[in-house]
Amino acid sequence: MENIPMTYYLVISTILFFAGIYGFITRRNLLAMLISIELLLNSTDINFAVFNRFLYPEHMEGLFFALFSIAISAAETAIAIAIIINIYRNLKHIEVQKLNKLNDLNPETSAADAPGDETGR
Amino acid sequence: MFNSCYTALVPLLPLLSFVLLIAFGRRLPGKRAGYIGCLLTGIAAFVAYHTAWTYFSLPLEADGTRQTVEVFSWEWLRFNPNLAIRLGIYLDALSAMMWVVITTVSLMVHIYSLGYMAGERGFARYYAFLGLFSFSMLGLVVAPNIFQTYIFWELVGVSSYLLIGFYYTKPEAVSASKKAFIVTRFADLGFLLGILTLSYFTGTFDFDTLCRNATEGTGVGGALFAPALQASFLGLSALSWAMLLIFMGCAGKSALFPLHIWLPDAMEGPTPVSALIHAATMVVAGVFLVARLFPVYALMTPGVLEVIAYVAAFTSLYAAVVACVQTDIKRVLAFSTISQIGFMMVALGVSGFGGHAGEGYTVSLFHLFTHAFFKALLFLCAGAIIHTVHSNEMKAMGGLYRYMPVTHLCFLVGCLAIAGIPPFSGFFSKDGILAATFAFNPWMGVLMTAIAGLTAFYMFRLYSRIFLGSHTGDPTSQPASAHAADRAASVQPSVQPYAHTPHEAPAVMTVPLVFLAALSLATGFIPFGRFLSSDGIPHDFPIQPSVAIGSILTALAGIGIALYAYGRGMRPAFQRMADRPNVFVKPNEQSRACSSYAVARKCALKRNAFLRAAKNRFYIDRFYLFVTHRIIFQGISTALAWFDRHVIDGLLYGLGRGTEKISHKIRFIQSGQLQTYALVLLIGALCLVLTVLLI
Repeated sequence: MENIPMTYYLVISTILFFAGIYGFITRRNLLAMLISIELLLNSTDINFAVFNRFLYPEHMEGLFFALFSIAISAAETAIAIAIIINIYRNLKHIEVQKLNKLNDLNPETSAADAPGDETGR
Repeated sequence: MFNSCYTALVPLLPLLSFVLLIAFGRRLPGKRAGYIGCLLTGIAAFVAYHTAWTYFSLPLEADGTRQTVEVFSWEWLRFNPNLAIRLGIYLDALSAMMWVVITTVSLMVHIYSLGYMAGERGFARYYAFLGLFSFSMLGLVVAPNIFQTYIFWELVGVSSYLLIGFYYTKPEAVSASKKAFIVTRFADLGFLLGILTLSYFTGTFDFDTLCRNATEGTGVGGALFAPALQASFLGLSALSWAMLLIFMGCAGKSALFPLHIWLPDAMEGPTPVSALIHAATMVVAGVFLVARLFPVYALMTPGVLEVIAYVAAFTSLYAAVVACVQTDIKRVLAFSTISQIGFMMVALGVSGFGGHAGEGYTVSLFHLFTHAFFKALLFLCAGAIIHTVHSNEMKAMGGLYRYMPVTHLCFLVGCLAIAGIPPFSGFFSKDGILAATFAFNPWMGVLMTAIAGLTAFYMFRLYSRIFLGSHTGDPTSQPASAHAADRAASVQPSVQPYAHTPHEAPAVMTVPLVFLAALSLATGFIPFGRFLSSDGIPHDFPIQPSVAIGSILTALAGIGIALYAYGRGMRPAFQRMADRPNVFVKPNEQSRACSSYAVARKCALKRNAFLRAAKNRFYIDRFYLFVTHRIIFQGISTALAWFDRHVIDGLLYGLGRGTEKISHKIRFIQSGQLQTYALVLLIGALCLVLTVLLI
């Protein structure tokens, strides 16, 4: 344990972080996006722990902060899943790119208010 | 000094009346609002009399001049360490005299209006505006500096505007009020420029400082005026320009040619208002201001004073000629007011400074004083007549002396006073003016005497057509021939063609008339020079018999012609001339045979053209209409409007449309897609990191 250098931990956390970003941007499914966010949070948690352990071993703040972050991410996940379930109940899908009912650029819902209608005063 | 803080009540009580009536006037039933106005003005008048009495019984200064008392002075606005605007009350002989005039006429008009305006819509509003006007006018005359004068000058303009447009449902009244306001505002532009020029070069607004400095040295004034005399523009010194521009403001307010056009139209207001504002007080503000700055005018810029004299003399002649052919009785009085103000200004213009040379100054203000009473009297009488006849036109009147004896007598007193018949007050003041003009230039004296004769003529034309003869009815309802109407009148003088019998005005209206008539009789005997003279040293100006005899004879001649022409109804010849000016050019067999027919025809044409021109006020109003509509509105304003609509508006519209179009182009960025946002965010963050790392 002592002989594993700090860089290794950081490399792992960076890989996790960018995997999370990649997933967040590319996944179409809301649940997959939620999982990606969890990856992001985990990578930061690792960073908290690692920096605390290697740079300030006599303090505990980093570890506690990681614990707080885990608790908050649990709460956030609960809320997000509740939202996703509601979306599914209403729309029967959780495809993030099709959640455009409120957008007037959506060709299905707002063919009538095409751009240019507002200019005609 | 006397303990004089209470004098502040004089302007403040009318202000209180204004505030009370504006705030609560609508809730006051009946004539309550009028009673409040009368009461407060009455107290103000009493305090003003007391102030004047106390002031004039103060001992003279060591050098024989009257004291001036600065009752209080409060700094309102400081421009720089040397120049500040102060508000205050400055008492001297001039302002004390003006206070007496204003409060007296205002009180009479307040009382008279109780009867005249009874039952009108906006009764309380009317009294509120009267209060505002009285406050402004009283504040104007006691201003210790020219800037306070300017403030109150505008306030009287506003209250005049409000009162002319009192019947705001009548289009004529509305346009007349606008005309009055715009014309006087235009003149006030000159006034403001004059004030700025004067204060820029002299560094003071104070009348006292200005006038004291003007009397120093001989013709060069104190050190204060040196910069203003040295700077010059277009060949005139800056001081001359300043005084000319200030006179422009005076000419606008006092309706001097060519800025007189608003006053005849201002007669659309209620008649008591015409009496108060457009005859007795506000229109003499110009005379007052020239008198206030008189030492500067007389000693520093005598050339400007001469210009004033000529402008005023021309105004006086012009207005007198036009007054001879007007048929609306209030317009006759309006033109007569313009003419009389011309007299006052002429007297100031021909006056010198100090001693006997200053006679013009004294008699000008004397005429202001007497004119205020007899002209207010004439207007109030006209109001009583209009009140009972329900028309302003002369042809709706005639023979009224049978029905309105009190008004008739009062009107007669007013006419005799303005015509200059002794012992009525107008004689004394007008005689002084004529003497002063004769001393200045005999031709000017002759001209002014002739105008005095014209005054007598048109006043007695007015008097005869209202009170003498008999009512011939409205020509539109009578047989078309003027002969028939005239014959009917001469055959049956007791014929009663009035739709309903005219009646004497109620006591609340006749009492002010009688009081003013008494004043018109009595004020002539005041030795005015002892109270008010150009250098402040009391001086007596006795009547000069040679001038007096000439003016009395001229006046009597004018009266005689008027009575002959109009006394027993209208003489047919005059009737024809007045109603159908072309009657003289109609050829008939005899005149065609006559060899001198061509000459006669030419003369008649010329005379008729003159008559028509006079009836149309020599086309001055049309000239203004031409300038404003054809040149300014059509020429300049149309081009400006095009520029505004197409260039300035086009620029802004283009800006708006361009923004809108660009917005539509770029709105796809705001797609609502969370993942796109996240990608953009990521790219942004990476860019930032790269920038930080590389730089």
